This record gives sequence, C-alpha cells and structure tokens, in this order.
Amino acid sequence: MKRWQIKKRDVDLERELRSDLELEEEEQRENGLTPREARYAALRAFGNLTLTREHTRAVWRWNRLENLIRDLRISVRKLFRSPGFSMMAVLVMALCIGAATSLFTVVRSVLLRPLPFRDPARLVMVFDHFRDPTMNAQGFNYNSVAPADYYDWRKQTRGFEDMAAWRYWQFNLTGEKGELPELVGARGGSWNLFPLLGVNAAIGRTFTESEDRPDGTAVMLSWSLFERRFGGDATVVGRQIHLDGKPYTVVGILPKWFTWPDAKVQLWVPYASGLPPDLLTHHDFHFTRVVARLRPDVSLASALSQIGTVQYQLHMQNLHAPVAEDVASKTLIEDLGQDVKKPLIILLCAVACMVLIGCLNVANLTVARSAARQKEIAIRSALGARRITLIRVQLMESLLISIAGGAAGVLLSFAATQWLVATWKDLPSAQHIHTDGVVLAFACALIVAAALLAGLLPAISSTSKSAIAALQASSRSAAGSQSRTVLRKTLLTVEIAATVVLLIAAGLLLKSFWRLRTTDIGCAIDNVLTIGYSLPAKKYDSSEKKNAFNEALLERVRALPGVRAAGLASFVPGTGAMEDDIFTVLEHPPIAAGAALPDALLRTADPGYFSALQIPLLKGRSFTTDDRAGHQKTIIISRLLAQQYFPGEDPLDKHLHIAAYGNADYEVVGVVADTLYQVGQPARPTMYFPVLNEQIDVGGLTLAVRTAIDPLALSLQIQKQIAALDPELPVSDVLTMQQIIAQSLSNASLSATLVLAFAVLSLVLASVGLYGVLSYLMTQRTGEIGIRIALGAQREQVLRLMLGDGLRPALYGLVLGLAASAAAVRLIESMLYGTRPLDPGIFAGVTATLLVVAALACLVPAWRASRIDPMQALRME
Amino acid sequence: MTNQTSPRSGLLQGTLDMLILRTLLYGPAHGHGIGKHIQRTTNDFLQMQHGSLYPALHRLEQQGLVSAKWETAPDRNREFKYYRLTEKGRKQLVVEESQWKQMAEAVARVMWPAVKES
Repeated sequence: MKRWQIKKRDVDLERELRSDLELEEEEQRENGLTPREARYAALRAFGNLTLTREHTRAVWRWNRLENLIRDLRISVRKLFRSPGFSMMAVLVMALCIGAATSLFTVVRSVLLRPLPFRDPARLVMVFDHFRDPTMNAQGFNYNSVAPADYYDWRKQTRGFEDMAAWRYWQFNLTGEKGELPELVGARGGSWNLFPLLGVNAAIGRTFTESEDRPDGTAVMLSWSLFERRFGGDATVVGRQIHLDGKPYTVVGILPKWFTWPDAKVQLWVPYASGLPPDLLTHHDFHFTRVVARLRPDVSLASALSQIGTVQYQLHMQNLHAPVAEDVASKTLIEDLGQDVKKPLIILLCAVACMVLIGCLNVANLTVARSAARQKEIAIRSALGARRITLIRVQLMESLLISIAGGAAGVLLSFAATQWLVATWKDLPSAQHIHTDGVVLAFACALIVAAALLAGLLPAISSTSKSAIAALQASSRSAAGSQSRTVLRKTLLTVEIAATVVLLIAAGLLLKSFWRLRTTDIGCAIDNVLTIGYSLPAKKYDSSEKKNAFNEALLERVRALPGVRAAGLASFVPGTGAMEDDIFTVLEHPPIAAGAALPDALLRTADPGYFSALQIPLLKGRSFTTDDRAGHQKTIIISRLLAQQYFPGEDPLDKHLHIAAYGNADYEVVGVVADTLYQVGQPARPTMYFPVLNEQIDVGGLTLAVRTAIDPLALSLQIQKQIAALDPELPVSDVLTMQQIIAQSLSNASLSATLVLAFAVLSLVLASVGLYGVLSYLMTQRTGEIGIRIALGAQREQVLRLMLGDGLRPALYGLVLGLAASAAAVRLIESMLYGTRPLDPGIFAGVTATLLVVAALACLVPAWRASRIDPMQALRME
Repeated sequence: MTNQTSPRSGLLQGTLDMLILRTLLYGPAHGHGIGKHIQRTTNDFLQMQHGSLYPALHRLEQQGLVSAKWETAPDRNREFKYYRLTEKGRKQLVVEESQWKQMAEAVARVMWPAVKES
C-alpha cells in the first residue's frame, strides 16, 4: 500500500472514531446528562482511543513493516540522543566482534577448512610410532618415516589406495646468465604424490615413475618461483636449470594455489632423486613424510593395523637400530596445524571471554540507561504500549548497536587478520587465510547473539513491572528498583569473574614468556652473528676442497677488524633439534634387545667453535686442526650425555660407536657444557663431530662470529669474504643470536601479548561497568542518603556504605574468577614455561590489581555520594 | 506481531465477528450502532469494548465480508461510516452460525448430559 493510502486510511479511521464518539455524546445528552457529564461518559465508554487506533491499524496488513520502521526510528533517535553511550557501546562491540571474527578467520583457514585436494577426507599422514613413553615426550610418537619402511608399507599392504612420500631438501639455484645464486627450499616428492593428492601441473606434467630414481633429474617449479625467477615464461618447461651445479630438466609448473606443505617450497624433485641409492634401503634413517589415501571401503583403523603389522616385523628384524614398533596417523590439517592449534584455541577462548565481557558491559550500560528511562517506560506502558513492544524497542536498540559495531568489527577484522598473518610466524596455509562466507555467517551469528545477550536481559528486567508499580517506584526510594540492582550486580560479578580469568591467563603467559626470554641458552648471545651456507657437492667433491674453503673463510673472517672470534658448526643453539642419531658405548655391555637405544643430537664443530660461542669446555680438550679426514676419529660430548650415559665414570678415552656414520668408533676427547637446541625445551644429550672430518657431512654449515661491535654492521663484510672465495655460493639466514632467540619466541610473545591486550581491555570494561553501577546506585539512593545524612550519618559512614556496595560484586566476581581460573589454567598448562599454572605470585598480583582498579572505579561515585547536600537531595524528589 | 485484538475482549475468538455480521443482517449500521445493538440485545451482558469492535470491523472489511461507506444518518444531519453485509459476508455468517451451533451443542452434551437424556 502506498504512503498516501496509509494516510487516507488513518484520516478515515480518525473521522470514524470521532463521529461515533460524538454520537455517543449526543445520545448521553439526550438521556439528560449535562454536556460535561455526557462528554466524560462517552470517553469512558470508548476507553483508550489511542489503543483502539493502534489495534485497528494492526489489522492492516503492512502493519508489521510499519512497526519495524517505527521501532527503528525510535531506536535511532534514542541512540542519537545519547551519543556518548552509543559510541562507547559501538566501539566495544566493534573491538569484540572484530577480534573474534579475525581469530575465527584464522582458525577456520588453519584448523577447519579441508585442504584443497581431491576428496581430502580420505587423506592421512602416516608416521613411524615409537612406543617408549620418554621418547614420546620428544615427539617420537609421530616420527618421520624411514624410506625402506615406506617402500615396504606400499608393497605389502592393501588398506590404502596408494601412499606417497616427500622429504625436505634445499638447493643452490644458480643462473646461466649471471643471475645471483639463491638458496631455495625444496621437497622431494614421490612420482605418485601429485596424482594421489589430485593435483595436476599447471603447465607441463608431474613426475613419472622412471624419473623417481636416485639419478633422476626432473624438477617441477612452484608458481611463485616460475613467476619470480623465470618471468612466467612457459618455455622454461623442457629447459634445464642448475641445482647445486647439476643440470635438472623442468618438466612442469605447479598451480598457483598449490603451496602445500608451506609457501616456502620453491621447487620439487622426485623423491629418490639425488639420494645415495643405499639410503633408500634403510629402516633407521627417518626423514620421510608419508601421505596415504584411504580406500573407500576400508576403515582407517584396519588400514593402519595392516601397516602396523608390517612395521612390527621390521622392528623385530632390526632390534639394534631405531626402527619403530608401530605406526600412527594424523589428518593433513592436524599435521600442518599442530604447532598453532593450542595457541589458537587459547586465543579463541580469550576472545570469547572478551566478547562476553563486552556484551555484559553493553547490557550493564543499557540497564543504567533504562533506569534513567524508567518513567518513560512507565508512561509508555500506561499509555497502552504492550510489554512485547517495549522489549522489541530495547532489543532493536541493542541490535542496532551490535550491527553498527559488527559492521565496524568485520572491517576491523580484515586489517586484524592481515596483521595476525604477517606477525604470526609459520602459520600454516597463511596464504589461504581470507574472509569467506562461513566467516561472514559466523560474524552475523555473533552480532545477533551479542544483540540478544546485551539487549534481552535489560529489556526483560526493565519492563517486568506493571505500569503502576513502575510509576510508584520511580516516585520514591530505592525499594522499587531492587530487582534491577540485583541484575546489574550479577552482570557485574560475571563480568569481573571473566576478567580475572583473562588476567590470570595473560599473567601466566607473560611470565612464561619473560622466563623464556631470560633463559640461559648456554652460549654467548650478545654480539654474535650467524650466517648459513651450504657447499654444493658437485663443486666441492672432496673433503680437502671443503676443508680448504672452510679454513680459508675462518682465517679471513678472524682477520677482520672488530671480530673477536669465529667458529663453524652445523647448527648453532636455539635453531631446533635438527639431526639426531643413536649410538652405543663401545666399552659398555651391549644393550638388551628391544630396550630404548641411546640417542643424542648430532652436531659438527670446528676447533674454534666452542670458544667463539663461549661454550665452556668442562673436561678434556677441544678439537684441533688435526681432527680431520684421515686422522683419528674423535668426538666431543655434552655434559648431559656424559651424565646420562657415563654415570660415575670418566667418559674421556671411551668410544662411541655410531652405526649410521661409517659404522665407526669415535674416541671421546672432551666434554662441553650443555646448550639448548630450542629455547623453552630441556637440553638433550649432544655429540659434536669435527667439521673437518669427512665422515660427517650434514649439508649446511653455520658460521658464528663474535664481534666487538654491532654484529650486523659486520655482516656485509663477512658476506664479501664468502663471495671472494666463491662468488656462486649463496648465504642464508644472516641473523644475530638475539634475533634467532627472538624469532623462536615470537609466537610465545604474540600469544602472550594478545591475551594481555584482551585482558587489559576487559579490565577497562569491567571498571567502567563498576563505575556505572555505582553511579547508578548513587542516583537511586540520593534521597535515602540525604535522609541518612540529615539524621546524622557521618560522611565517612556514607562513603563506606557506598564503597561496600560497589566492592561487594567485585569481591564475589574476584572469588568466582579465581576459582574458574584454577580450572582454566589447566588448558594453558602445556604452554607455560618455568611457571606453575597456580603461580601464587600471578594470582596475588591479579587479585591486587583488580582490587585497586575496582576501588578506584568505586571511589568517585562513593565520594560524590558522601558529599550530598541533604536539603538538596530531599528537595530533588 | 499477530493481528489479535484486545486481550481482554471477554469473547471467544471469532465470536465477535459473527455477532457483528448477524447485527448487520438487519441492515447497514455504523460502528457505534453495532456496539449499542449487541450490548442492548444481550441486556448489557456483553459490554462492547471499542478497542475490539473497531479492529474487528476493519478486519471484516479487509476480508471483504462487509463493505463501508460514508452516509448521512437519517435522524442526524451528519455523515457516519456505515457498514453493510456483502454477499460473501452473508455466506460466511451462515457458515459461522452452523459451526457455532455444532460447537454449542457439543459443549452442552458434555456439560449437561443428564438434561439431554431426560
């Protein structure tokens, strides 16, 4: 119906009612009443004309929409009438919904959305599983697979449609036309990997079975390398490129979206390509990841048990080698997201807490406002507004706030998500994180839930009284608003309890982070620069050539002004566990079959490494330049290795037998102090081989330089020394020790900072809530306080009374929050370091902080109450 | 929002509509007249609530059971909104009447079984 028709209908109704009313009046007059009495009688008979009008209008069909528009208009007008409240509420909602949406975007992309492969539900990763519980703590329950294990599984079991393998690799990519050499991350993938995943090459083809051999030289480029290095020129397919100085033929380009398992992978070679042929026959070299596609008619458990049986036989045949007894599986998403799952869930919980607090706060502010509007509501309901109408108007208000806040929040979440992805190191599938329909649906659901939570509670409570009761209540004293006060205090208690939980979680995470920051990693970290490089096997095909380069480099670097010391090692502390292997002590009795085998991290070091990084030598000697190829085989062990495997005896002159490296015996010549391979992880036994010994070649080397000046200022000069020796050799990871540690802690720092930010925001919200409640209480009780003062109450007594009123919900909330925290900290227990979940310091600190903030928030209104002039207060009524 | 009338109408839902239609069977009448008639006929037992009457009239008009027209009253020199029964309304009245009768009999059979038997 058109607007003018509505108008006409309204006029028509008005006229009808008036004429009928006049008729009644006339009839009454004819009955002998005076005109005045007749008028009143007629009005009585007709009752509430406005209501009649409303109800009649309600008959007209388009009424529903009209009501909605009217409610909307009233709500908008009301919100604009108190811009301070509205802005505040919208801001709170925007922050809460923004943070929640942003986190959900990440959680959905990283933990929930299946990977973009064919039928991803049937894909699993299969791992070697060692049953020993102490080894499980170090991650051996999901261990990389040995190549021969993989081949045997694939050959001997039928539970999976197919199994494919991939391994880590990296190459020195050199150009033919003088482009800069570049170290690129790579993977070796078995020929059936891409067909198994359901991935086709964007250009060219994937690998063939005949290419998947140790002498295979096929390569596939990632889309990003293809565009960046080869300018997107499709003719590169079929051409040769040089990896580690060897020619490889480009057979295909992977699609742009394919960034699995992470975006740093620049190229793929066949799985077996470049591996020593005999390595593929080993059951105890664990470096392979296995992806398997389940048969539709076989359950995962039975498929796994088939492989498990094969693996157990392999274990029984190789009792003195690290061959796993069993297998275990994970989904692809679990495997990618395993490191971020816990922090993400904790952040999500924190954000949920904050959203709850935000909603409660808006609810609280709304209740405060509805207290001020008590009379308005009373008059409206006296004039015939039904309760549902009043609730609807209030709900409309909170819905408007939520929608405005939600819209701003979703916009905010775009920026926040980008920031999070950029800041959060190693977030898997980071390039696929984006806002999609599901995220928007989540945001909408959140908006509606927030509107209901923030609007329904105050709306129901503020309209619960009959009109008369409300009018009476607002005319005198606090008794009438009792229920609302209780509601506000309850809201506040919950709000404060949630804040306490957040504060305690933040406190624990921060303390852990601080502990991590100040951990002694076991070596010098100030003024130490590290530079990685990897000598290509083709050019440096003998240990003499390698040693010549390494020694020449060390000599040049040590001669630089500003350099205190320099050393070489395979890995410096703080960069991860990397390689480890099993050993036996030659002089000890053989280990019982099936018992856990001694295992230690494996490192190489040059003679100057320990003194360069100031790792104390506890016993024996360091390496010398004589500990090199062709000479006596020597080894240095860490304190922990000596303590664990040589209890009560002198490890010097004993021999470690290491099967993996030339099946040789190494004489222990020294014991050095422990270093941490990873900040936050306990030290592990470590063995060091001489860098100059040909037997051990772990690929890359790290040059560690301790300087007298800012180490980064020297980095260019050091790189020039490398370039002077070999202009084709790329360097990687030019980092100070400080940076290495900061990088490894960046995620701990991020989650601690974020939770702290949420907690601080919640504290501010809670204190605003507290302040609001008490101010409201004070206005309510102005008359009562006036009487008290008039009757002789001291101002201090009033102050105490009001303070007590405000602090009581704070105290209840605190107790409730502490109790809830005691349970909630179990969730973050595994993320803590050097901190107990029930850390008394943190609990005390949070209690004190909360009490101080609560007292401050209460003090202002309480003080104002104690200043009330009794005469004025009483007159105000 | 439902199109319900005053919650305190005191009449069974739908009964008012029937009474109005029945009243209009005597000829066109304005809202006030209809209300008065029902009240008078029931000896003031049914107090006419204007809050229910006018919504009901407008609902009937919307359903096409009655039609409305502004006409001058014969005894007053002014125009009133007169409602009259349409053909559709007439049929509806028959339907409602028979339904109401069945209903009343059914209720009576339950309430006063002895009376029925005797």
